[in-house]
Amino acid sequence: MGRITLDKVAKSFGEVNVIPPLDLTIEDGEFVVFVGPSGCGKSTLLRLIAGLEDVSGGQIRIDKVDATHTPPAKRGLAMVFQSYALYPHMSVRKNIAFPMKMANVPQAEQDKRIDYAAKVLNLSDYLDRRPGQLSGGQRQRVAIGRAIVREPAAFLFDEPLSNLDAALRVNMRLEISELHNNLKTTMIYVTHDQVEAMTMADKIVVLQAGVIEQVGSPLELYQTPRNLFVAGFIGSPKMNFFKGADAAGHDAATIGVRPEHLTVSTTEGLWKGTVGVAEHLGSDTFLYVHPETADTVEDTITVRVDGEMALRHGDTVWLTPQDGKTHRFDGAGLRIG
Amino acid sequence: MATQHSRAAARLMNAPAVFVLLVWMLIPLCMTIYFSFMDYRPLRGVADCCVGFENYERFVTSSSFLSSVGTTLLMVGGILAITVIGGVLLALLLDQPIWGQGIVRILVIAPFFVMPTVSALVWKNMFMNPVNGLFAYLWKFFGATPIDWLSELPLFSIIWIVSWQWLPFATLILLTAVQSLSSEQLEAAEMDGASALSRFYYIILPHLGRAITVVILIQTIFLLSIFAEIFVTTNGAFGTRTLTYLVYQRVLESQNIGLGSAGGILAVILANIVAIFLMRIVGKNLDN
Ligand SMILES: Nc1ncnc2c1ncn2[C@@H]1O[C@H](COP(=O)(O)OP(=O)(O)OP(=O)(O)O)[C@@H](O)[C@H]1O
Ligand SMILES: [Mg+2]
Repeated sequence: MGRITLDKVAKSFGEVNVIPPLDLTIEDGEFVVFVGPSGCGKSTLLRLIAGLEDVSGGQIRIDKVDATHTPPAKRGLAMVFQSYALYPHMSVRKNIAFPMKMANVPQAEQDKRIDYAAKVLNLSDYLDRRPGQLSGGQRQRVAIGRAIVREPAAFLFDEPLSNLDAALRVNMRLEISELHNNLKTTMIYVTHDQVEAMTMADKIVVLQAGVIEQVGSPLELYQTPRNLFVAGFIGSPKMNFFKGADAAGHDAATIGVRPEHLTVSTTEGLWKGTVGVAEHLGSDTFLYVHPETADTVEDTITVRVDGEMALRHGDTVWLTPQDGKTHRFDGAGLRIG
Repeated sequence: MATQHSRAAARLMNAPAVFVLLVWMLIPLCMTIYFSFMDYRPLRGVADCCVGFENYERFVTSSSFLSSVGTTLLMVGGILAITVIGGVLLALLLDQPIWGQGIVRILVIAPFFVMPTVSALVWKNMFMNPVNGLFAYLWKFFGATPIDWLSELPLFSIIWIVSWQWLPFATLILLTAVQSLSSEQLEAAEMDGASALSRFYYIILPHLGRAITVVILIQTIFLLSIFAEIFVTTNGAFGTRTLTYLVYQRVLESQNIGLGSAGGILAVILANIVAIFLMRIVGKNLDN
């Protein structure tokens, strides 16, 4: 079981108020991802849940039990750190066994769980090595193994993949998702990688300056962002924003259109512009169009077109938003409709 | 030093320094070896060459030799134990965020800057003196009979004085080691359910392993030649005669340079055995 409830949890470091009072419920078995810009308090929030930091106010409940002042070891949560935090002088086996040794788990049971973790994580061949003799991905798996054997109520991950190269990151992402499908244990995952958030999460929590901007499934956040911040933060490349007359036509202060919801034509359309940079990814092409007629918030409009489309630097194009794909925001930046 | 040329140039430029060092070291060593095979007692006008291993035999078979080796080991071991254990504890303490950390750290390091002779005299006269010493006052204050430290517990007193001098060194090295431990490792251990004591035993202590070996190695080299502290406190009496001190007595008090030199050479050999032994341990500890 692992239902975690944060009730008006706040945290300040001295004068600096990092997290104003905040409410959040994480259901049992859910995969929750915290995203937000750097320094918004994701790690702090995770460490509050883990018990590595004391809250300045509010209550943390784990499975309905008040755990606000429970020491980290007693909360039944396992954490995987960004730096892996393996014990360098112990073999992989001893690393994985450490939490069980601390909990006085019988040796036979320890061996059983180590074997299971090693099998799940493909570590069987490395059990007698030291962490220093492993690759980054293998170290990450050892760190996860050390968490699995504790059979925790929930796993906490703090940017576990950010030290890995791109290919390995994709692999580990799949492995962690698979692990979640198998174990069905609650997982809380901090990242600032869009793709990780969108692909892994059951529920995404978008944070800005310690405040929760929106909570919802990846598609909810993509389709109905609650405000300008979420709209700009979720989705890659970023949403295009238009103000002034373009927005007024929709009865809004600002309107937003995602790059993939703009139709490109070389002959006619709503907004005229010239292609600046064209990034060819093969499957897709991202065009950065300098508008002539549109009243945009940023200098360029990003458009996502098919990889086959033969458009180059300097070409003149017309852009038109697809029907019903325009997001409208009021003067305070909140979503309309 | 990548190219052949620059390597040759480097060797050439190093040569004078290496030469001076060698001469500096070799001449005294050779002379000591030479004297150790002579019957050389200048005050009596005796300077007979080549008595073979007679000096060595006399030095080793005298009753003071074995006891002095024992005393040396006891003294070095005792000081090492106190400085390493105390150093680890102090380092952990100094690592805590406290008010006035900078000043406290400088104060802790201060004893290292006091000359051995001075510190031994200060301890002898101001703390351990059975009539006027601070300890004597303390003992009297609690109604106990003051202890005459340097005659009742002479070996312990000297160990204590020297430990006081070397504790800062150990603390300093161990403190840097403690500070280099990643806090995430400690937090991971905390989440894994390790108590403060287990964290110390399983995480901090292994992390300090290298630093501790370095401290032991360096200190041993210096501690084997303790002299001033013994000279100004007990003068080698009451079972505080170390090997170094015995050599000194043979040369200057008995005016027997041949015998003393033989002792000196033996001390060098013993120190080298200890050093090789320690190097092995360090080597094993350093590569992992
Ligand atoms: N021990 C501390 N003392 C003072 N301020 C702190 C402390 N730890 C974090 N902060 C501040 O709290 C804020 C949130 O930090 P946090 O580490 O939670 O950010 P984050 O969202 O995890 O960022 P990142 O994505 O870069 O890891 C930051 O502004 C940081 O400066
Ligand atoms: Mg962080």
